[in-house]
Amino acid sequence: MATGLAPEIPSGGFSFGNFQRNLSLEVQGLHPPKAIKTGTTICGLTFNNGVVLGADTRATAGNVVADKNCSKIHRLAPKIFCCGAGTAADTEMTTRNIESQLELLRLNMGREVPVVVANRLLKQMLFRYQGYVSAALVLGGVDKFGSHIYCIYPHGSTDKLPYATMGSGSLAAMAVFERGWKLDMDEAYAVQLVRDAIAAGITNDLGSGSNVDINIIRRDEPKTKIIRPYEEIGLRGKRHGKYTYQKGTTKVLETEVIPIVVEEEEVVQRMDED
Amino acid sequence: MKGKNCVAIAADRRFGVQLQTIGTDMDKIFEIGPKLFVGIPGLATDTQTVHERLRFRTNVYELRENRPVTPQVLSAMVTNLLYEHRFGPYFVEPVIAGLDPKTNEPFVCGFDVIGCPCEPEDFIVSGTCEEQLLGMCESLYEPNLEPDQLFETISQALVNACDRDAISGWGAKVYIIESDKVTIRKVRTRMD
Repeated sequence: MATGLAPEIPSGGFSFGNFQRNLSLEVQGLHPPKAIKTGTTICGLTFNNGVVLGADTRATAGNVVADKNCSKIHRLAPKIFCCGAGTAADTEMTTRNIESQLELLRLNMGREVPVVVANRLLKQMLFRYQGYVSAALVLGGVDKFGSHIYCIYPHGSTDKLPYATMGSGSLAAMAVFERGWKLDMDEAYAVQLVRDAIAAGITNDLGSGSNVDINIIRRDEPKTKIIRPYEEIGLRGKRHGKYTYQKGTTKVLETEVIPIVVEEEEVVQRMDED
Repeated sequence: MKGKNCVAIAADRRFGVQLQTIGTDMDKIFEIGPKLFVGIPGLATDTQTVHERLRFRTNVYELRENRPVTPQVLSAMVTNLLYEHRFGPYFVEPVIAGLDPKTNEPFVCGFDVIGCPCEPEDFIVSGTCEEQLLGMCESLYEPNLEPDQLFETISQALVNACDRDAISGWGAKVYIIESDKVTIRKVRTRMD
């Protein structure tokens, strides 16, 4: 038994405690709520000085847009990033897990962890879960061996490619890449190409939408920052009128006010001001 | 829903088995800290289980760390708790609303059944009339509302969304969280 003094030590891993119950509830006709998916356009390519990763920012639950501006580019290491498509919680938690594993590995080895290691950790984890952890990833990064893009599928297979797209908008994005990709691109051209690919996904795939996020990882810079948003594609129309209600519109039946006791320090400050 | 230096959270009070109403005084919003609340709509048994588990984890955190739970910490706790049950989830979609204990920065965050966090800059909705609420909030919401105005906006959004959902209603509770006080108002909604 868990108590405050002797807390239960978590065993780690997933808990299947509710599994049987949920199955029987479903048989009885309860419809479980849908998990949020990222019907997504994500892509990445290498250029002469590093890697560019791009993603849209829409998350959907069925046909409902659950999040208009979610971040799909995840940090794994200072110079390794990963775009995620599939079930949103899976991509988020998988990348977080691998991020901490990579950091521990870096501290143990005392040197920068190469991109292949991130790829291997991700594919081994996804393979272990037999595709049930549905994360489709585009991994990109720079290390002493060069610039790399990996495509990682939910079942654990990977491709090493010069340019890759994933998610429901991958066909639209790949069409742009196939038309515009060249060997040894400069940065400006590469960023524009990624932007065009994501924009193609946003406009042509209904599972993708809102903004373009871009992350440029350069060989000669120790750190990078995700440019968020790089460009807003799905712009919302401006509202001209006002819908604000007058005070007192809603009929209140009962009111209760709980004052928050201010900490001592703050009380003293207030008296000084008076 | 975020306002100017304040944040609001509201829920209806119906408790029912599919179309049969059993209770009309169920609380779905729980206090975690003085300025931090979590709303847990979904399967009632899981609402209570998740709340108890969160209470346990926040209590242990506060004893161990000797500092209050911030909204961000609670958000991480909810994510980890729900994702642990990835393959046999609790049927709840929690919503966190609160102010940072130090800076009083408003914070709202919502989760899906397996704990994917969604941290918008305006509002978050969850539960059976999620779609109706999305429409209402999307048209009524404006940034930087004062507490009184925020109350009208969130109440009208909830009341009118509940009108078009058969299994929501029977009154609502609206919490307006400000830096110096929390105001809880009970509001009338449709009763059928």
